[in-house]
Amino acid sequence: MKIAVLSDIHSNLEALQACLGHAEREGAAMHVFLGDLVGYGADPAACLGLLADYAAKGALLVRGNHDEAALGGLCENMNFVAREATYWTRKQLSSGARDFLASLPFAARRGDLFFLHASADAPEKWDYISSALQAGRCMDAAQASVTFAGHVHHQSLFFSAGSSVRAFQPVPGVAIPLGGRRRWLAIAGSVGQPRDGNNAAAYVLYDEERRLLTFFRVPYDHMTAARKIIEAGLPERLAWRLQRGE
Amino acid sequence: MESAEHLKPDTEIAGYRVQEKLREGGMAVLYRVAPPTGAEPCLLKVPQLGFGSHPACYAGFDVEQMILGRIAGPHVPRLFASGECDFGPYLVMEHLVGTSLAEFAARAPLPVEEVTRLGAALASAVHDLHRQQVVHHDLKPSHVILREGGQAAIIDFGLAIHAHLPDLVEAESDRPLGTPAYISPEQIAGVRGDPRSDVFALGVILYLLTTGRLPFGEPTGMGGLRRRLYFDPLPPRRIIHDLPEWLQEIILHCLEVRTEDRYATAALLAHDLRHPEQVALTERGRRTGPSGLVAVMKRWLATLTASPPARKAPTAHLALAPHVLVAVDTVYRGEALFHAMREAVRRTIADELHWRVSCVSVVEPSVLTEQEEGAEIMRGLHMQRLVELHHWAQPLGLPQERLRFHVLEGSDVSTRLIEYARASHVDHIIIGARGSSGLRRLLGSVSSRVAAEAPCTVTVVRSLDTTGMDA
Repeated sequence: MKIAVLSDIHSNLEALQACLGHAEREGAAMHVFLGDLVGYGADPAACLGLLADYAAKGALLVRGNHDEAALGGLCENMNFVAREATYWTRKQLSSGARDFLASLPFAARRGDLFFLHASADAPEKWDYISSALQAGRCMDAAQASVTFAGHVHHQSLFFSAGSSVRAFQPVPGVAIPLGGRRRWLAIAGSVGQPRDGNNAAAYVLYDEERRLLTFFRVPYDHMTAARKIIEAGLPERLAWRLQRGE
Repeated sequence: MESAEHLKPDTEIAGYRVQEKLREGGMAVLYRVAPPTGAEPCLLKVPQLGFGSHPACYAGFDVEQMILGRIAGPHVPRLFASGECDFGPYLVMEHLVGTSLAEFAARAPLPVEEVTRLGAALASAVHDLHRQQVVHHDLKPSHVILREGGQAAIIDFGLAIHAHLPDLVEAESDRPLGTPAYISPEQIAGVRGDPRSDVFALGVILYLLTTGRLPFGEPTGMGGLRRRLYFDPLPPRRIIHDLPEWLQEIILHCLEVRTEDRYATAALLAHDLRHPEQVALTERGRRTGPSGLVAVMKRWLATLTASPPARKAPTAHLALAPHVLVAVDTVYRGEALFHAMREAVRRTIADELHWRVSCVSVVEPSVLTEQEEGAEIMRGLHMQRLVELHHWAQPLGLPQERLRFHVLEGSDVSTRLIEYARASHVDHIIIGARGSSGLRRLLGSVSSRVAAEAPCTVTVVRSLDTTGMDA
C-alpha cells in the first residue's frame, strides 16, 4: 500500500488540497498526518473538516505543538508571531474541532512504521531533529524500521550505518529504496509552510510493499493562501513567508 | 539451514534454481541459476559470509541492489530479482556473456590498437554510468566484461554512488573505499561522488594494459596509498619505448593528481582514444621522468597567450539578445527531461548579454468553457499552470526581470506555440521530446511539428538519463 505522509499543514487549505490531489494521482491508498494541523494559516476550520473526513476513512493523525497550543495554555515558549496566530486560531475552532484536536495521540504505529510530530524520544517535549545525533535518539526510541516525523519544516532522510547515523538530502520525485538492515527516519517537510527557500508544499509517499520512499514538492496557489492570511488580520509576515518559502 | 557458500545444485531461491558455483570473491559468491521460466541462465549473488554476519558486510549488497535498480542499458547487468533469504540478501542479475578485462590485463602489455579499442569501449561505458548519475569508485579489470559485440559492461556496484540516493557505504568504513592499485587521490582523502575519480581508475587500467605494470603498485598501508598524491608514475614510454606519445599523453592526462587537470568526462577520453590524431600533445606525452617546476610554469604561461576575440558581424550582435521560448508541459512527470530542458536554457543564454526567456505552457479549453462552471475550471487550471511554470523555472535561478510566463489556450498545442513564437519574434524555441513510441511517430509529436514549422531555431531536448525511473 502507498502511504502519503503529510506534516505541518498549518491551516493552509490550498497547500493541503494540492498535496492530497498529488498523492491521489500517485496512488496513495492511506494517509497519515503528522501534526501541526493548525496554526499560522487562515483556514483552520476548513482544514480540520477535511482532515476529520480522512480520519473517518481510516487515516492516522498525531498531534503537534501548534495543535496543543490551539487548545489552551499560555504558549509562552512561542515567538510573537506564532502566539498571535495561536490566539487567532483558538477563536476559529468549534467545540467539535477542539475535541478532535484533543483526541489526537502523540504517536502512531503501523507494523514496522512509526509516526510522530517531533522526536520519538520525548514526543511531548517538541524537540527539533536538527542533527544526526538527535535523529539517532529518535530512531532508537521509535524502535521501528522507518520513522516519520515533521516539526522541522524541511525534508531530510536519516539512516543508521553501523554505530553512526548519516543524513541525506533527498531529491524531490526520486524513489529511494529503504533497505531492511538499517533504521530510517524521514522528515516529511511542511505542507503548509515550507522554509527551505522553495515555496512548494512538501510531503512524502511510502510504498510499503516495495519499500520505496519518495519525497515530493508540490507547487500550489500560495498567493491565495497568503491573501487569506492578510484578509484574516493575521501577521503579514506569515503571508509573505509563504511566497518565499522561508 | 544452508550457508551461502554451499548452495547445492537445485536449491531454489525466489524461484531461481541453482546450477553451479561460478566463483567466490572478497564479499560475495556467484552461482549460475536457471530462471523459473526457461529463459537464459542468470547470475545469483549472495554474501560470502553467512547468517549472523556483521550488517556492514551487507552494505555493498544494499548499494548494488539500489543502484542496479535505477540504471539501464548495454553497459550494466540487468537486475532481475533481489530480496532476503535465510542467510541474508541475494541479487539475481543478468549473466553477461563475454570476456573479463582481467584476461586481457593478464596478457599485457597489449598492442596499442588493442589498448585503444578496449579503452574506448570502457570509457564509453563509464560515461554512460555517469550520465545515469552513477560514479562507480571501483573500476578495475575484473569489474569489466567485454561483450561479444565489443561493448564493455561494468559490474560490481558495491562501492558506487548514485547522486540522487543515499551513500550507504561511506559510513561503514574509516578506510579509503576502493582498490588500492586503482583508487584516485581524492578517494584516498575520503571524497566520493566525482566522476573524474573513475577517469583516474581508467588511467590506471590503460597504464596496466599498455605496460603490463601498475602505475602505483599495490600498496597496503595508508602511506603507500598517499604516494600517488606527490609522485608521478613512471612515464609509460620509459617502459614501452616505442609507445606513441599521444597514448602516454592520454594515460597521464587521466592520472593527474588534481581532478580539474584530468579529462573532464570519460566521453572526451573515449573520443581521444578513437581519434588519437587529434590529441593535443603536451609535456605529458613527451615526459621521460617526473615532471618538474618548469613544466608547471610552461602550462601556466600557455593560458596567457590565448588569442583575442574576433570582430562581430551585426547578426552576432543580435544574437547577444535572444528571446528564448521554452515550452513546458507541466503535467508531464519527467524530472530528467525538465532538468535537461533547463540545462538547454542555461546553455543557450550562457554567453549572451541581453537574453529573455519566456516559459510557455498550453492548456486545452474545457468542453464546458461556455458554461459558468467550465469557465471557473479554466481559471483554476490557468492559475495552476502558471504556478507550475514558476515552479519549473525556479531552479534556473535566473533574475526575475528577464523571465516571462504565459499560459496559452488551445487544443492544437504546436500551432499555438508557433503562433506565439512568430508574434513575439522568438529567436529560439526549446522544447522537450517525451519519447519515440510507435503511436507518437505515427501521429507526429508536438516537438517534431514545432521543429518543422517554427520560424526560428528549435532545440528539441531529449533527456540523457535513459533510466526512465523518475516517471
